[in-house]
Amino acid sequence: MEKAEAASPLGRFCAEFSESRVAVAALAVVVLVIGLAVLAPLFAPQDPYDIGKLVLGDARRPPGFVGAGGYVHWLGTDAQGRDLLSAILYGLRISVQIGVAAGAIAFAVGATLGATAAFMGGRVEILIMRFIDLQLSFPAILLALVLSAILGQGKGQLIAALVAAQYAYFARTAHGAASAERAKDYVVAALSTPMPASRVVFRHILPNCLPPLIVVATVQIANSIALEATLSFLGLGLPVTHPSLGMLIANGFQYMLSGRYWISIYPGVALIVLILAINLVGDQIRDQLNPRLKR
Amino acid sequence: MSAPLLQVRDLATHFFMREGVAKAVDGVSFELGQGEILGLVGESGSGKSVTGYSLLGLVDPPGRIVAGSIKLNGQELVGLPQAELRRMRGRRMAMVFQDPMTTLNPVLTVATQIKYAIGAHESVSAKAGRARAIDVLTRVGIPDAAARLDDYPHQFSGGMRQRVAIAIALLNRPDMIVADEPTTALDVSIQAQILAEMKSLVRDLGTALIWISHDLAAVSALAGRIMVMYAGRIVEYGPTAAVLRAPRHPYTRGLLDSLPMRAEPGQELAQIPGAPPSLAALPPGCPFHPRCPSADAICQTAPATTASGGRGWRCHHPLLDGAA
Amino acid sequence: MSEPFIAVDAVSKRFDPRVSLGDQIAGALGGAVERRYVRAVDGVSLEVAPGEVLGLVGESGCGKSTLGRMIAGILPPTSGAVRVAGKPVMSPGRHPRKQTTRVQMVFQDPYASLDPRMRVGDIVAEGPLVHRLVTKADARAYVANWLTMVGLDAGAAQRYPHQFSGGQRQRIAVARALAMRPDALVCDEPVASLDVSIQAQVLNLFLRLRRELGLTMLFISHHLGVVRHVSDRVAIMYLGRIVEIGGANAIYSNPLHPYTKALLASVPQLQLEDGSDVAFAPIQGELPSPLSPPPGCHFHLRCPFAEARCRVDIPDLRPAGDGRWAACHLFEKIAKTV
Repeated sequence: MEKAEAASPLGRFCAEFSESRVAVAALAVVVLVIGLAVLAPLFAPQDPYDIGKLVLGDARRPPGFVGAGGYVHWLGTDAQGRDLLSAILYGLRISVQIGVAAGAIAFAVGATLGATAAFMGGRVEILIMRFIDLQLSFPAILLALVLSAILGQGKGQLIAALVAAQYAYFARTAHGAASAERAKDYVVAALSTPMPASRVVFRHILPNCLPPLIVVATVQIANSIALEATLSFLGLGLPVTHPSLGMLIANGFQYMLSGRYWISIYPGVALIVLILAINLVGDQIRDQLNPRLKR
Repeated sequence: MSAPLLQVRDLATHFFMREGVAKAVDGVSFELGQGEILGLVGESGSGKSVTGYSLLGLVDPPGRIVAGSIKLNGQELVGLPQAELRRMRGRRMAMVFQDPMTTLNPVLTVATQIKYAIGAHESVSAKAGRARAIDVLTRVGIPDAAARLDDYPHQFSGGMRQRVAIAIALLNRPDMIVADEPTTALDVSIQAQILAEMKSLVRDLGTALIWISHDLAAVSALAGRIMVMYAGRIVEYGPTAAVLRAPRHPYTRGLLDSLPMRAEPGQELAQIPGAPPSLAALPPGCPFHPRCPSADAICQTAPATTASGGRGWRCHHPLLDGAA
Repeated sequence: MSEPFIAVDAVSKRFDPRVSLGDQIAGALGGAVERRYVRAVDGVSLEVAPGEVLGLVGESGCGKSTLGRMIAGILPPTSGAVRVAGKPVMSPGRHPRKQTTRVQMVFQDPYASLDPRMRVGDIVAEGPLVHRLVTKADARAYVANWLTMVGLDAGAAQRYPHQFSGGQRQRIAVARALAMRPDALVCDEPVASLDVSIQAQVLNLFLRLRRELGLTMLFISHHLGVVRHVSDRVAIMYLGRIVEIGGANAIYSNPLHPYTKALLASVPQLQLEDGSDVAFAPIQGELPSPLSPPPGCHFHLRCPFAEARCRVDIPDLRPAGDGRWAACHLFEKIAKTV
C-alpha cells in the first residue's frame, strides 16, 4: 500500500507492460521508426522532394550503388533516381503524420459522439448510433475511396477522408464502454451532486472509457496508415512529388517482374514492420486491459 | 464415539501471486461428525471460503493445497487425482455457493440438470429420475415441483434458485455439504425459510453440513458447533452457544460486540479498530495483535491452540469466563 | 412538529420496460401490445424533520432505493413531488434536473461509487469547486478538513481509491458528500457491503456525524438491526408502498402491520442457550412480481390475517396513535387478538 510511485493506474500499467518482451521490443520498433520518420531530414542522405537534386541517370539502380551524389544508395534508387532509403524515411514521415493525425481526430470525434449518445440516451442515442451502424456496414476502404475522390488530393483532404472512414469504430467502442460506465454509482454520484452533464461526460465517463478506446486507437492508427498507403497506391493520395509509402510501392510495382524488386519491396517491408509493431503493442495493451485475461 | 466423518489436519492452502504468497488457509485442523452442522464464521479474506473449496478439491491455480490432510470417511482427499475428486463430488460431498448460478446452467431446464447430476453417478430410468427430481425439489420447499421441473433457472426467483441449487447438492445424498454464504444474497424472509428448511433436511437425511457465513446470528440459530476464522487460522472453536456466550478469543468478543443488535440503539458500538490484514503480508506472531485490545510483547510470537472441554482458542491472553 | 426538512408528497415512480422495435411497429399498426409497468414506488408520502434520522426498511425490490434516489434528486418522480427545505429537489419541465445541493447521497458499494481514475483529494474537492463552496487555493485544506472529519489521514488525498479498504472507501464517499455542506444525507445501504467489524466503525461514524453536524438522514437498509440502531423513526416498505411508519422503539417492540411482524420474526437472533432448538417463523410464500402485484393490499397473499376486503381495497396509511401509522385494514383487530 505504501508503494505510492507505482500506485497510479498509469504506473501499474507501465510496470505490467514492461513484463512482456515482445511488446517492449515492438514498442521500441515503433518508437525507432517514428523517431526516424520525424528526424528524417537528419538521417536521409538526400531530400527526395527536391526534384532539382534527382539525377535521372541514377534511376532504378540496385542497392549498394554509388550514384552521382557520391554516397551509397543502400536500398537502391527508384524510377526517378531518388535514393530509396531517403524516400522511405520521408514516406514514413508522411504516413505516420497522416495516420496519427487521422487517428487522433477520429478518436476525439468518435469518442465524444459515442459517449454523448450513451449519456443522453433516448432518441439522440438511437439517432447517432443507428447512423453509425449504417456507416459501419460499408467497408472503410470504400468510404475513404469515395471521399478522397470527392475531396481531391492533399494532406488535409486525405486526413478528412480517413477520419470519416474511421471515427465510427471509436464511436461504437466509446458507446459500449460509456453505456456500462453511465450506470455505475460514481457517475450517479457525480450527477447527484449535481455536476454539469458535460463535466460528467468528459471528466468521469470518458476517462474511464479510455482502456478500450486506446486499444481501438492503436489498431486504427495502424489501419489508417495502411489505408493511406492503399489510397496512395491507387493514386488517390498525395501528389506524385511527395511520395508516401503507398505511392513508392505503386511506383515500383511495374518493375517487379523485371528484377528491380527493391523499389517496391523495401517500402513494403517498412510499412509491414511499422504496422506489425503497432499491432503487437496494441495486442499487449488489449491483453492487459481485458479483465477476463487477468491472472 | 465413532470415527468422525471428516478429519482435517494442518490444512494449508496458499495462493502464489505476483504480489507474494497469500496464506489463505494456514494450519487448519478440525473434525466433523456424521449429521453434524458446523458453522464457519469470519470476515472477508479470513480464508473461510477457501477452506470450504479446499475440502472439495475446488482450489484453482494460482492456489493450491500445500500441506495437511483431509480425510472423508478415512479416505485421504489431498493429492487425489481430479477425476477421482470429481467422482466424489456430488456423491459423497457437495457444495452450495452464494450465487446459485455457479451451479446452475442458464440454458438447461432444471429437469435436465438434475438428470445429468443423477446420471453422473448412477444410471436410472427417465421416469425414476424425474420422480426423484420432484421429490428432492419438494423437500427443499419448491411448491408445485412437478410443474416447475421444466422451467429454466431464470424463471425462478433468487430464493427459489438457491433452493434448486441445494436440491441438486442433496440429490445423491452426499455425506457432507459445504455451503458458502448461501443466504447472504437473499432477503431476510427468504433466508429464514431456507435456514429452517436446511435444518430439518439435514436432520432427516443425516447429512453433515458446514455452513460458511459472516452472520453470527444465522450461524447461532443453525449450527451446533462453531469455528471462528481470522487471517487463515481458526482462532476459536467450540459449541456455538458456549462460544458466543463467553468467547475466549478477543476477536470473537470484538465481532460479537460490534453487532448493532447487542447495543443500546443510538449508542456507540464497540468496534474492532483497523481492518483485517492482507493475507500476503500478515503481521508476525498472532495476526490479530495489531487490532487487539489485550495485545502485548508476547503476541509477537504465534500462540498455540489451547484445548479444553470441547473448546479451543489460539490466544496468549484468553478472556476469562463471563468476561464482558 | 416543526417544519419538515424533507417532504415527500404522494410520490410514484413507474418504470416503463423498453418496448422493442417490433412491438412498436405492431402497436403502430394497431396490434394489441401488452404494456406492463413496474410501479417501483406507488404513492408514498413521508416527512423527515430537521436533524431526524428516518430508517427505511424493506426487502429487495420494495422500492426503497428508488424512493431514496428520488429524494436525493437522482431520479425524477413520475408523479408527486419531493421538497427539501421547502424547495422542490428537481426542476420542473421535460428534462428535470436536480436544483439543490442541500441533500447528498452515500451509496452502497464504495468500490463502485468512487471514480477509480481520480485521486481522493480530487474526488472530495470536485463538487465544492464546481459549486464555488471553496476556492482552488483553499481546496487542499478544505479536503484535509473533511477527510479528518471522517477519520482518515489528510495524506489520503494524494492516493487513489483502490489503495483503500472497503471501510476506508466508504469514509471517502461520506467525506465527498459532506464536503458539499448538505443538511441532509440519503444513505442507501451504506454498510451492507462491509464486514461486521468494519460495519460497526462506519455506523459509529454516522452516529458521530449526526451528533456533531446535526444532519438529517434517510437511512435505507434491508438490515433491521442496523436500522434500529441509527434511526429515530422507521418506515417499512413492501412492494412500493409504505406499510408502517413510526418511532423505532415502538415499531420494534410492538409492530402493527402483519408484514412488519413477520419481517421482525424472520431476523435470526443470537442464540446463547445450549441446545436451543430455534423455531424459525418465516413469512409464507414469495415476494410477488412487481410487474403484477396482487390487487388490494399487496401483502394479502402472504398474510395470515387476510380477509375478503384485503383482496380488494388498498389500505391507506392510518394513524395508530403515538405518531405511528399503519397501512392495514385490520391492525386494531389484530392487536386485540394477539
